[in-house]
Amino acid sequence: MGLLNIFKGQTKTPPPLPTGSFTVDSTGEILTSTVPSVFSRESLKQIGHNVLEFFREAKRAEQSFTELNVQFTALDLKARELRGGAIIFLSPRTKTGR
Amino acid sequence: MSVAPDIANAVKPRILLLDDDPDVLNLYQEMLLTLSSSPEVHITTSGARAMSMLESEPFNVLICDLNMPKMDGLQVISLVRRKYPQLRTVVLTGMADEQMRARAYSLGIDLYLEKPNNSTELNFLLECIDSLLGKEVEGGFRGVQSKSLVDLIQLECLSGTSSLLKITNGRLEGRIWIQNGELIDAATQDVDGEEAFKRILSWRAGNFEILPAESERERKIFTSYQGLLLDTAQSLDEAEAGEQEAAAAAKAEGGEALSDTQFLKKSLGNIPGLEYAVRLPDKSKKAQVWGLQNAEIIADWTKDSMSHFEKLGDKFRFGSVVQLEGKGLRRVIHIAVHGNDKFALGLIGSPSRGDIDSTVQKVLEQWAC
Repeated sequence: MGLLNIFKGQTKTPPPLPTGSFTVDSTGEILTSTVPSVFSRESLKQIGHNVLEFFREAKRAEQSFTELNVQFTALDLKARELRGGAIIFLSPRTKTGR
Repeated sequence: MSVAPDIANAVKPRILLLDDDPDVLNLYQEMLLTLSSSPEVHITTSGARAMSMLESEPFNVLICDLNMPKMDGLQVISLVRRKYPQLRTVVLTGMADEQMRARAYSLGIDLYLEKPNNSTELNFLLECIDSLLGKEVEGGFRGVQSKSLVDLIQLECLSGTSSLLKITNGRLEGRIWIQNGELIDAATQDVDGEEAFKRILSWRAGNFEILPAESERERKIFTSYQGLLLDTAQSLDEAEAGEQEAAAAAKAEGGEALSDTQFLKKSLGNIPGLEYAVRLPDKSKKAQVWGLQNAEIIADWTKDSMSHFEKLGDKFRFGSVVQLEGKGLRRVIHIAVHGNDKFALGLIGSPSRGDIDSTVQKVLEQWAC
């Protein structure tokens, strides 16, 4: 069944999970980052945008938050509001199996 | 003599095979067609096309590669697990990567298999797929195979083995200890013994793991497993009959809303630190509210926030959102996902992590199960 080896090619791999922290100002621009560059700045900006929108939408809903925690199945996102901007921490969840 | 097509099609399981390599697709399609369950095997090279096919026709199993251009396998699985939770999902990949395996399982797949190199591995692959086909897809407990919890406990006890069953139902977790084929203890939240066993068995679906036995566990259950299963089944039947009677009586008095309000007041009003609770079922059902006047604002904000982060999770393959929490000076709002429902809970002040988790669990116990 060595024939099957012919078909074991690999194309594009799913991107790795980001790990580290970064800060964004009130406009969403990245000020500092410790996240490895394999996870693009554009992607980080998008995460930052979501976080800033969360804090803004909460204010519109008459809730005032200084901290956000989001648990995805594969990643934890924690953020703290900083004078209109935010500092955001990303850490993969390393649980195996189900 | 041929069987009428609609009857024949009704019993044939359907597999959707997704891989960007057409040669792989044709090869595996041929192999899967030889399975004893005689499945229909449909193929596609793109994630977008796979989503479209799943939208238009029902399938039993999706077999999906990970490495694909445009929409990779994790992205497809992330979307599929949310939209079609009853669909069995299998990753079939050339990547022998433990971290990728863990990530795929964290998304809720059924199996992570490597593309076979020889006939033994190929036979193993086909056996795994065959065992997934034709399994009961309504509720049940997803472990290695979907079984009811009662079946599982009976199997473990009949085989005379010792093991520890860990059962999870959303945020709730329970454990059942089995020693030499006898049930010796159970625990969930703050109860143990027979009470915990009955509570765990009242969960309609979830995941389980079979862990190594704990021989030092103190015995707190002395009823035989058959007796306990019978007692529990009877209690559950009686409870269900009681709920139906109460609902019927409430309806006769003036509607289901009255029964819900009374239920919420009774079950949630005694939870310390809980300011309000909003339950958002799927789109077709009305939100249920306790302790809040203008619930529409919170309900809309909850839906929007969850939607934004779910899209983020899909885009970057972080998986689905398990929970979301906003903390302020005056309160914490914790949004928990349980099955298809979202629960937005307002907690007063600045509770500790332990207090938040404890309050959330109490609400889900009272309201979600």
